[in-house]
Amino acid sequence: MSPSSPETMRRLTYRDAVREALAEAMRKDERVFLMGEDVGRYGGCFAASKRLLEEFGPERIRDTPLSESGFVGAGIGAALGGMRPIVEIMTVNFSLLAADQIMNTAATYLHMSGGQFNVPLVIRMATGGGRQLAAQHSHCLDGWYAHIPGIRVVSPATHEDARGMLWTALQDPDPVLIFEHSGLYNLEGELAADAGPVDIDRAKLCRPGRDISIISYSASLIKALEAAEILSAEGIEAEVIDLRSLRPLDEATFLSSVSRTHRALIVDEGWRSGSISAEISARIMEGVFFDLDAPVERLCSAEVPMPYAKHMEAAALPQVDNIVELIRIMVKTHG
Amino acid sequence: MPREIFEIPDRVETLSILSADGSLDEELAPAIDDDLLIKLYRFMLLGRRFDERLLNLQRQGRIGTFPPVSGQEASQVGPVSVLEEEDWMVPSFREAVAEMWRGRSMESIIISASGFSEGASEAGEGNNLPVSVPVGSQMLHAVGIGWGMKYRERKNVVMTFFGDGATSEGDFHEAMNFAAVYRAPVVFICQNNQWAISIPRSKQTRSKSIAQKAVAYGMPGIQVDGNDILAMVAASREAVDRARNGEGPTLIEAVTYRMSVHTTADDPKRYRKDDEVESWRAKDPLTRFAGYLSEKGLLDEEKIQAVESEIKESIQAAVDRAEEKMKSMGDPMDMFEHTYEKRPAYLEEQRELLARELKEEGNHG
Ligand SMILES: Cc1ncc(C[n+]2csc(CCOP(=O)(O)OP(=O)(O)O)c2C)c(N)n1
Ligand SMILES: [Mg+2]
Repeated sequence: MSPSSPETMRRLTYRDAVREALAEAMRKDERVFLMGEDVGRYGGCFAASKRLLEEFGPERIRDTPLSESGFVGAGIGAALGGMRPIVEIMTVNFSLLAADQIMNTAATYLHMSGGQFNVPLVIRMATGGGRQLAAQHSHCLDGWYAHIPGIRVVSPATHEDARGMLWTALQDPDPVLIFEHSGLYNLEGELAADAGPVDIDRAKLCRPGRDISIISYSASLIKALEAAEILSAEGIEAEVIDLRSLRPLDEATFLSSVSRTHRALIVDEGWRSGSISAEISARIMEGVFFDLDAPVERLCSAEVPMPYAKHMEAAALPQVDNIVELIRIMVKTHG
Repeated sequence: MPREIFEIPDRVETLSILSADGSLDEELAPAIDDDLLIKLYRFMLLGRRFDERLLNLQRQGRIGTFPPVSGQEASQVGPVSVLEEEDWMVPSFREAVAEMWRGRSMESIIISASGFSEGASEAGEGNNLPVSVPVGSQMLHAVGIGWGMKYRERKNVVMTFFGDGATSEGDFHEAMNFAAVYRAPVVFICQNNQWAISIPRSKQTRSKSIAQKAVAYGMPGIQVDGNDILAMVAASREAVDRARNGEGPTLIEAVTYRMSVHTTADDPKRYRKDDEVESWRAKDPLTRFAGYLSEKGLLDEEKIQAVESEIKESIQAAVDRAEEKMKSMGDPMDMFEHTYEKRPAYLEEQRELLARELKEEGNHG
């Protein structure tokens, strides 16, 4: 991490970081355009593209008909035809209407064409719960998409990544899915004035600690960091790893952490069964089983459609308290 | 507002120029020079003979499954014949003869049908996408390409093929709508071959025609005798010109017939009557066109025999080349080649693991 003085840092929201990234990409490369429902005058349903229409015009900030398979498919075509499309899907739930295009065509064109046609397409979508958007807007399916070979899946949790992953994704020759957590858009944070592109392959050690590794991503990472702060006051030092990319999964980073701390908790907003947390747990067993002092634990969302009522939704999602309590038990009983 | 008839600006037309009985509408006949006429004939015949040969190879177990084009030669060759080289061709999966017109080699098709991805790599350079099996999915790619061409102020048009069954998929509607809203330079060629596996056209839609669906999206639609190569050329020329001049997309419904099996895994006797097949045989696109060319003095028995034997030899040569090439194909390690442009580390590991396993198997076996 580079030391930065207060003058070179500024405060902004995650949403602003996304918007800056979009604007930068459009300025740098004429082939880049944004396409999706209500991205123009309306500025995107999470306001990520607000005011971009004024600067770039309707040809490059393209409002589309209401048709997810349609604009994802057209994005694939535009990418094949030499453009660098950024497709915005309102939420991950609606990406399911385009699942065929994502999995059966974007992810397979290179193979189907015997290496002739790669698909440099970026798809952004909002993911996750916590905003009382109920059972058809709130799921965290990042890990689900991570199951598919042929694409990359990234989940920016930090302002730096919200700002920096897009450009790198656009440079990638293959399709990249960027999951922006809807609960993060309003979050304020610090960002270096000259923040720019970041890698999209590696996990990041966000907070060092000796007692346990918390492995997380997206909005859950913010909760994990909060929990680590509380635990630190009690003398428990949790190391926090931000996965950043779910495919590829940077196992070297989390395995080396677990082999130092000897304990692992995975915090994953996805559903538990068949989840990315299950994958990570399996990798820990395969990779550093003999370094473990305690069984690997997971905190995931309750396996129910997302409740609407505020308190019920809160109860369904992994929370800071749950992380703190579970870690106290994990560290003490197996001390 | 009283109750009135609503005027719809876009029109639906039908077009037939060279009828099944050989009669010709001179006025509508498109200008096609003699060399091109012969080339059209040669490709249509090649499509037919190549099909027959592949069917043989498949029955002998020498290749895997494939979808034949027999009966649809005019529907395919007509449209692609009006494209420029830089234009884009976006097929579904039943367009072997259109692909060949666009430069794909016969051996690459044989190699693909045998299960080797090298078939796609050897398909040749050019703006021709590979086959897309999820029915209807490719139409959207055509729209995206078309819009990209428009944005970059290129004059290229995009032609996409699909079947009658595909018009019931959501992607058809999304693609038509998109193309019309964006005025994308796309020509939609629906090969209405009357069947989607075992589902007849009548169970696919209650609409009188497929062409009329264009009206709802605000683009012209035309229903063409798909077994009439002259009509297919004329309609495609118009649509391509329209797209190239920035006037947006067109839907062409080519009314044709799948004379053969859906794929080699299918037995059509289970769902359609021989009578029906016979009635379409009388409308065969090849015999009709051969008759026309003979009338014009461009073809006679001797010339037909010459084309037949040239085609026979070139197919045989392609089969030989394909079989020779395939001897050195099929290394399981190749499966890792084209998942990503840049192979990620975890795939490299999986690749090495497979290499070790195969080596051990080799040692034991
Ligand atoms: C989305 C999807 N559903 C089902 C299938 C299985 N399938 C393959 S071809 C086909 C029929 C297609 O009919 P049509 O569009 O008329 O094309 P044709 O085979 O007649 O050329 C079906 C159902 C598929 N490939 N994709
Ligand atoms: Mg059909």
